[in-house]
Amino acid sequence: METFVFLVAAAICLAGALGVVLSKNPVHSALSLVGTLFGVAVLFVAQNADFLAAVQVIVYAGAIVVLFLFVIMLLGVDRAEDLSVDPLVGQRAAAVVAGVAIFALPVAAFATTGWEATGAVANLGSVTGSGVPDVEGIGRVLFTRYIFALEITSILLAIAVVGAVMLAKKGPQPADMIVDLPEQPTPTDDLGDADVAAPSEEGTA
Amino acid sequence: MLLAAGVEPSWYLVLGSALFAIGATGLLVRRNPLVMFMCVELMLNAVTLTFVTFSRMLDDIGGQAVVVFVLVVAAAEVVVGLGIIVAIMRRRPDATADDLALLKG
Repeated sequence: METFVFLVAAAICLAGALGVVLSKNPVHSALSLVGTLFGVAVLFVAQNADFLAAVQVIVYAGAIVVLFLFVIMLLGVDRAEDLSVDPLVGQRAAAVVAGVAIFALPVAAFATTGWEATGAVANLGSVTGSGVPDVEGIGRVLFTRYIFALEITSILLAIAVVGAVMLAKKGPQPADMIVDLPEQPTPTDDLGDADVAAPSEEGTA
Repeated sequence: MLLAAGVEPSWYLVLGSALFAIGATGLLVRRNPLVMFMCVELMLNAVTLTFVTFSRMLDDIGGQAVVVFVLVVAAAEVVVGLGIIVAIMRRRPDATADDLALLKG
């Protein structure tokens, strides 16, 4: 049964990955990415990582891909890209060679070590063999062994939020804002004039 | 014969390296910044799959905890990266990764 699940999910993953790379339209790439992410989530379930599978679907397919699609639609860049143009001569061929090498190197390493891949004996049972659910296990190590990394992660998220807000902000740049702050009263004066002017326009009309 | 053999853990690792190679090739070949970002996501997913497989092989939950961190870093990276892309593409809707060399000031 696990073999069947693995083969189907692996086919979905590879088809989606090739779709991301080969689609001319960015929207099709994003939708192919959903397929790959879903296939990886299925493989997580097959390996007793239920919590990560749920997080994978919710965060990746639910949030990140939707963010991609929002940006594609917002910018209107859903035009086909001309893949036949090669800006650097030979770059494409070199990239394919590099990709094949990246794939061949680990496979060769596994093959030469008798497909064991680690020095330890392969354990195909549950990760939490003691009957502890994986959510509980992850939570326990996150707040004990990896507590420092978790705190650093919170700082990273705060920095990302501030950075996104600064990048998305329209109008004057931060340096200009500081200079412009004393001149705040003039816009309010203009607003007042506009309020006064608006009824008079209606009256004339 | 294949079905009778059962799933070896190294199959997952081979699949992970295939996904990583496809993502890396796409990152080098494509010029649309958005698609390049998707290829980065592909590579990150290949690595998370590898982490989960090793977590199972070595019976250590730490591999799954690392995947949580990878997810957080990927989300933060996408937020900031897409913000930069939107800021650039607003000015130049036709920009490709080659044109972004103009950022060098």
